[in-house]
Amino acid sequence: MINILGSLFILVGALFCFLGALGLMRMPDVYNRIQTGTKAVTLGVLFTLLGVGFLHPDWWAKLIAIGGFLLMTNPVGSSVIARALYKAGVQPWRAEGDR
Amino acid sequence: MTLAQGIQFLALFVFAAATLLGLLRFLLGPATPDRLVATDTLTVVATSILVFMAAFLDSALYLDVALVYGVLAFVGVIALARIIETGHK
Amino acid sequence: MSNATPKAAGHIDRHPSTESGLTLLVMVAIVWLLLTGSLAIQELVAGVLVTLAVTLIAYPRSGILGGVRWSFALPWYILVYLWVFTLALFKSNFDVARRVLTPSLPIRPGIVQVRTNLTSALGRMLLANSITLTPGTLTIDVENDLLTIHWIDCPPDIDLDTATAAIATDFEVALRRFVR
Repeated sequence: MINILGSLFILVGALFCFLGALGLMRMPDVYNRIQTGTKAVTLGVLFTLLGVGFLHPDWWAKLIAIGGFLLMTNPVGSSVIARALYKAGVQPWRAEGDR
Repeated sequence: MTLAQGIQFLALFVFAAATLLGLLRFLLGPATPDRLVATDTLTVVATSILVFMAAFLDSALYLDVALVYGVLAFVGVIALARIIETGHK
Repeated sequence: MSNATPKAAGHIDRHPSTESGLTLLVMVAIVWLLLTGSLAIQELVAGVLVTLAVTLIAYPRSGILGGVRWSFALPWYILVYLWVFTLALFKSNFDVARRVLTPSLPIRPGIVQVRTNLTSALGRMLLANSITLTPGTLTIDVENDLLTIHWIDCPPDIDLDTATAAIATDFEVALRRFVR
């Protein structure tokens, strides 16, 4: 039972990763790609970690270490890329008819 | 094959699809920043896959691999972003 | 203080102090415990040695960790913050899912600025991180007390105070209880 629950969490995590990658493909400009990429994939990793925690409860300490590290660094990485683009003068995409 | 294993195989395919989409964005570009964003996303997906593989192959060693991979990928992304910011092509 | 770090973003004191060193020590100790995942006596002895060594080596760079408000309720405040954060992360992901899966791609991106009351580098970093992971917003830059934010669904002609209330206030309230 607990194995099925853990596997389901992993599957949900994989689906969020897929969603992030899909957003990467669909979004019209680089800022929006960063947005969908970071958010969905971060939650995807967290769900995967949770699922693996269910499958192997004795690994919890290292899983928390990985999760905490990703939560701290992943947004920083995205912000640094966005900042570099902004400083380099890349303007955000605007919808047609919106100014 | 138990139901849990079936779900895990399904997850494996979804992860593969996510990686493929990320790779497609990496190949299509159109500019360096897009590729960098794709790289960033791909590394996190890869970390996720490594953690999953630890459970799938029942070996805690992959967790250490995932952690070190995550650290190195983060440093790499920061370094590349710095290069874009200061304008070295 | 500000003239010692002329290139630092904002008027933030980044000099190491006893307090920032303490934060570093606690963080290194927690990381060691999580990585070894055991309370065996030989692991703990090695952990004390490694923690002290790492803290001593990294102390000169620990200035950015300054600004934690130490109290006995600190773990509780961090948990409350994590709860607020997790809720926002879930909301943001359903938001992203809706936008990505809708065929017409309903986005209206724009760039806004937000003002923060947090004064420490650690606090601003945590705020910027939280904003990046919450619905439709991405921190682009932090300069002094102004955060530049890319908003995926930006209302037209929004001013600084409205944007601050919409984006940053929730997190600031949770963050200000344990970090300056």
